[in-house]
Amino acid sequence: MAGILVVAEPKGSGFRRVGLEILSKARDLTGATGGPLAAYAGGSGVADQAAQLGAYGAEKVFVADHEALGTGLAAPHVDVIAQLQAENDFSAILFGGTVQGRDTAAALAARLGAGLNSDSTDLAPGGSGLQATRPAFGGQNLVQSTWTGGPQIALVRPNSFQASESGGSAEVVAVTPAISDAAQRAKVTARKPAEEGKISLEEASIIVSGGRGLGAPENFAVVEALAASLGAAVGASRAAVDAGWYPHPNQVGQTGKTVSPNLYIACGISGAVQHKVGMQTSDVIVAINKDEEAPIFQFADFGVVGDLFEIVPQLGELINQRKG
Amino acid sequence: MKIAVCVKEVPDTTAEKRIDPGTGRLVRDEGDRMLNEFDKYAVEEAVRLKEAGAADEVILISLGPEKAVESLRQGLAMGADSLVLVSDAAAAGSDYLGTATVLAKVLDDSGAELVLLGSEATDARSGVMAATLGEVSGRAWVTAANSLAVSGGSITVERQSDDGVDTVELPLPAVVSVTKAINEPRYPSLKGIMGAKKKPQEVKSLADAGIDASKVGEAGAGTKVLGVETPPARQAGQVVKDDGNGAQQILDFLVEKKIV
Repeated sequence: MAGILVVAEPKGSGFRRVGLEILSKARDLTGATGGPLAAYAGGSGVADQAAQLGAYGAEKVFVADHEALGTGLAAPHVDVIAQLQAENDFSAILFGGTVQGRDTAAALAARLGAGLNSDSTDLAPGGSGLQATRPAFGGQNLVQSTWTGGPQIALVRPNSFQASESGGSAEVVAVTPAISDAAQRAKVTARKPAEEGKISLEEASIIVSGGRGLGAPENFAVVEALAASLGAAVGASRAAVDAGWYPHPNQVGQTGKTVSPNLYIACGISGAVQHKVGMQTSDVIVAINKDEEAPIFQFADFGVVGDLFEIVPQLGELINQRKG
Repeated sequence: MKIAVCVKEVPDTTAEKRIDPGTGRLVRDEGDRMLNEFDKYAVEEAVRLKEAGAADEVILISLGPEKAVESLRQGLAMGADSLVLVSDAAAAGSDYLGTATVLAKVLDDSGAELVLLGSEATDARSGVMAATLGEVSGRAWVTAANSLAVSGGSITVERQSDDGVDTVELPLPAVVSVTKAINEPRYPSLKGIMGAKKKPQEVKSLADAGIDASKVGEAGAGTKVLGVETPPARQAGQVVKDDGNGAQQILDFLVEKKIV
């Protein structure tokens, strides 16, 4: 076994940033695993963009083009990556923690009888190749794990690493995907894309979240406006989601999503444990709340006690001015 | 049609939790235990399908400590008909594949055509069990269903994908994980709670369930915990009272941090 395969998910004419983040990090890991740094680009109509991965450090890009690989369903990718693994015997296969990434990594690990370390926020040389760090309970603990065999399969949380160009270029290898009937039992019959320009919570580098302090569903417009100024995704606390003010895919917390953006702005969120464990691994936390006793001020990097309906629009205005 | 729902007992989501640095495992004896919140959506969906006449039996399947029966009984109180819990010291420390191996064996023996799971568990937060189980059990599978309809030998779901919402059709037998958008789980009635105690609740060892102990537990795990660190807790930063200048102060802070 040698080398690393990074699974990069095509999106539009490029790739999801998390795949580029992992490639950038993996450049420092091939010393431990030996062998080349390779990438897998599987999708429908993706042949032209595959070479882009070379700029982030992939020496070789395996591109698989097939209608079934562009549906968001994982099973067809499992067939193709299992085939690549049989031919190349990689030491490690790394995925970004998207819906498709999670599904593919899990089913592939089961197919290969391999171990899976999920939700990794760091990867380093260690053990028989790599070791992974996973925050438990919202970062209260950091668990270091390795694998008992290979290939070492890991899911990496978006925003864990910085995407940086290496100035390299890749050899692009077209693979002929052999996708079984079994992998195509589930079929996508219709697709409704999310609104144009909407940023997914897990991948966003900035998140603006609203909670009970917003008081009413229409007041989420205040949070959305600031998010638009910052190019941020919108999050919501459990209280706001349970009240029906904002849709559940936007919920951050123990029973919602776990996020690690560069900046998290909490508007009218008290910061109960339920919420804290979903966002306390953010790099920088800013809180705006009218209650100075709110627990969020105990772990925010910068807090303002005051009326969010005054402060949040002003902040959006200041940022717009600054952007000119 | 028989529906199986895979359920898990987890620590109370409102309590602080910790990991034993010695074993790398969750400390299981602290505080209250409960049925994983995400699982309630899967149980509710199964019970609704039964109430609508699309299913005739709902069974709960789990792997965990013997006393988990008490938490998992909430699923019976919501309307599931029976519970099979595999509990065995040799299964402790199972990884995803080990857990799915146990669940798949119980599923095969149950004759369930549709298998439902919650989208993730509130303790491990991995969200990988449906895909793992789909692969291990050889059934068609799909994750993140916002809605689910059964028609003849197939099911149709509205699926929350990375890029939007897709309509997906798949044949039975199938494994499906559901999101919180799918329904609003009921609170068990007093009658439901009383009745739950009388419903069949079977606790099986690995040997009872016909599972090779070397494939599961710590012995069969593909991953291994090396150590657990407790990083210093996040400290409170600067907190100011808004005197009309609060927004400017936030901006100054963000500029200082080079974020904007």
